[in-house]
Amino acid sequence: MAHGTTHEHDVIIIGGGGAGLRASIAIAQENPDFSVACVSKVYPMRSHTVTAEGGAAAKIKPNDSLEDHIYDTISGADWLADQDAVEYFVNEAPTEMIQLEHWGCPWSREPDGSVAVRPFGGMKIERTWFAADKTGFHMLHSLFQTTLKYGNIVRYDEHFATRLLIDGNGRCRGCAAIELRTGTVRAILGKAVIICTGGAGRVFPFTTNGSIKTGDGMSMAYRAGVALKDMEFIQYHPTGLPGTGILITEASRGEGGILVNKDGYRYLQDYELGEALDVSDPRHPQKRAMELGPRDRLSQCFIKERWAGRTIETKDGHVVHLDLRHLGEAKIDKKIPFVRELSRNYAGIDPVYKPIPVRPVVHYVMGGIDVDSNSATSVPGLYAAGECACVSINGANRLGSNSLTELLVFGAQAGRHAARFAMDNPDYDVPDLEAQAEDEGARIRRAWFDTSRKDGERIVTLRTELHEAMEDGAGIYRNADSLQAACETIADLHERYRNVTLDDHTNSFNTELTAALELGSLLDVAEAMAHSAVERTESRGSHQRLDHTERNDDDFLAHSMAFHQNDGSPPRIEYKPVTITKWPPGARTYGAGSGLKKSEST
Amino acid sequence: MTMSAQQTMTIEVFRYHPETDDEPRFQAYEVPYDEDWVVLDALNWIKDHVDGSLTHRWSCRMGVCGSCGMMVNGDPKLTCAAFLKDYYPRPIKVEPLVNFPVERDLVVSLDGFMEKLEAVKPYIIRDDVNDTSGGEYLQSPAELAQYKQYSMCINCMLCYAACPVAGHEDEFLGPAALALGHRYNKDSRDQGQSERLDVMLVGEAIWGCTFVGECTVVCPKHVDPAGAIQQAKAVGAQEYFKRFVAPKGAGV
Repeated sequence: MAHGTTHEHDVIIIGGGGAGLRASIAIAQENPDFSVACVSKVYPMRSHTVTAEGGAAAKIKPNDSLEDHIYDTISGADWLADQDAVEYFVNEAPTEMIQLEHWGCPWSREPDGSVAVRPFGGMKIERTWFAADKTGFHMLHSLFQTTLKYGNIVRYDEHFATRLLIDGNGRCRGCAAIELRTGTVRAILGKAVIICTGGAGRVFPFTTNGSIKTGDGMSMAYRAGVALKDMEFIQYHPTGLPGTGILITEASRGEGGILVNKDGYRYLQDYELGEALDVSDPRHPQKRAMELGPRDRLSQCFIKERWAGRTIETKDGHVVHLDLRHLGEAKIDKKIPFVRELSRNYAGIDPVYKPIPVRPVVHYVMGGIDVDSNSATSVPGLYAAGECACVSINGANRLGSNSLTELLVFGAQAGRHAARFAMDNPDYDVPDLEAQAEDEGARIRRAWFDTSRKDGERIVTLRTELHEAMEDGAGIYRNADSLQAACETIADLHERYRNVTLDDHTNSFNTELTAALELGSLLDVAEAMAHSAVERTESRGSHQRLDHTERNDDDFLAHSMAFHQNDGSPPRIEYKPVTITKWPPGARTYGAGSGLKKSEST
Repeated sequence: MTMSAQQTMTIEVFRYHPETDDEPRFQAYEVPYDEDWVVLDALNWIKDHVDGSLTHRWSCRMGVCGSCGMMVNGDPKLTCAAFLKDYYPRPIKVEPLVNFPVERDLVVSLDGFMEKLEAVKPYIIRDDVNDTSGGEYLQSPAELAQYKQYSMCINCMLCYAACPVAGHEDEFLGPAALALGHRYNKDSRDQGQSERLDVMLVGEAIWGCTFVGECTVVCPKHVDPAGAIQQAKAVGAQEYFKRFVAPKGAGV
């Protein structure tokens, strides 16, 4: 790869989705003299935040309380969330959401002009702000358009970051990135770096995640020595369209939709999720119950129904039905119009007249780059926020509508802390960092542009095998054997990865090269997921072991920390205790009367 | 998808590489036919299995990220929403969006659009100091409805490819950018209309539009940029009159 000129800024943000843009604005606004670089492999408005549908949680209504939001989050997380971080998150959430409202987000409104809220799974009280059912789209575009106001935010659109640059004092000072248009690898330097690259759903074959969600930032941090935390916790959303994996938002159940099996029976009532109230009952949909149970439980119920032979077989695998018909056309069009559009276009079903076929689909990675509650990693000057990071507020199962709020709260916070670090640590050695970026360009050229190497394997061959290994080995239910098999396949794929050859050895917009680099990221992330899952011999939240079916707080009320090994051996797994402040681990109950009992909080 | 007795169809793809090609060319590929597939699936299949050098943008494959707009048999389309079954068994011709410079194959340059978007100041402008302590700005459902549809633009650029003016008149800001500028002008929380009109009323920026209305026809998200431009022109005409024909204090 050609070596490009070096660019210098104060803070470098890798990723232009919700978290990266919020961080950019936080720095640009509070530090007008700072130059902020926003480096993204796509144009920011293409970022995956754009697909989020249902909403973003924050206490705004008088019938809600911060304490309820905290408790719902902690119990939803099966007590693996750090309670100090959850408190910070919940306390900051309303301010951040109001800020985004001030920046023009078109929130749906009540007749009096205040923002409207809807219930989501695992919530005691409705607190999800929404912009119809395109909440992520509107949040992303509002944030992106707001960044255009700040002349000190410099965008590097379609720049694919491949490596973090660390100075002689161990501080992170930028990244090497390929400018896609020219294929030039350049050093983009700054005094601090924030990774906001999102999730890694593309490790699995059946996912709501767009093609860009390949865990690049997680992989870069992992290779820089930062632990990937709690990677065994992967969220399956219970309602994806078969075939495509397109998400049908939880808001469809928040508005009253029901899940039924092949007999038309509301099977969730058989799994300790409460009573099936009639859809005409004014108490339906009941919060923290039935269809408004948490995502991990609902996805697990699907598998049990399948084992019992009560799901519906289709050419795209087994499904259950999400029935919205009783909501009526007017409500569907007003509250969840995108659900209707997607169902019609991609499933050939109009939910006004027919139930939607759905099945669980990989949606979100609870784990990620280990950060503390200041969004700082173990490498000085390196921060992370959003889905790529693990604070952790999501623990073993994220509550629906907490992730969009998380982008704002921790994006802003990472921005503030990175700016402070940049002010306190201004000096670094440019030639040293430039040399690292030059090495990176040479490494990429050696690895991928060697035309003497022929007859290697194609990217798709390895990617497909990785998908099969993860789906078979590390899906909704796992055991030691299935996970061990996944670990072995991933190790084999890591070996074979070096022998992948490309058709394309040109510079301009080489998306076969970026697909190969993305495959490398996926293998790193999969390795951390599978090995962390093997070691956690308990069942908690989204991590369900058929050979260890109970939660084990004595041994595993702790975050797993996977450390990359440079010699090619499996990651080292360590544990870090969960921060428990006021909410001791308890039974995770849903159904009538569940939720915070005053006596549980001390 | 079963490969036995697989039906196939032909996809003809526009190819151009700035490093090696003087002229664009077309390359035909045989792809498996699956009635559930969209044009984007066929392109991805070609890239994965046949020709890794084929270059196109995509991400969400659910019609909201706006990456995969291309010309499909001459019409601007999101390829994630253009089903093979609507063309089968005839061949499908895929080209980059017209009215944009081609970077490589099906990838076009968005530089011009990004400048135009920035020019219309697509963000809330207010005189008061930003302060979140007073809670949200109230906005009634009726006020929301004033601008909501214009906020649905995914920046997919199909409207620029459909517009007969956008390709020839550089000064024209184009359908999406004008609709987004108008979106903020119509937002009850905004006070920046005058600043935006400073940009929109210059030269051909808005006046270039000849009301063909193709932008509205091709919009995959049912935004009505033509309507936005018409409304904005009406506001602009009044403003133009106030500013230049009868300036403040002239007693009109």
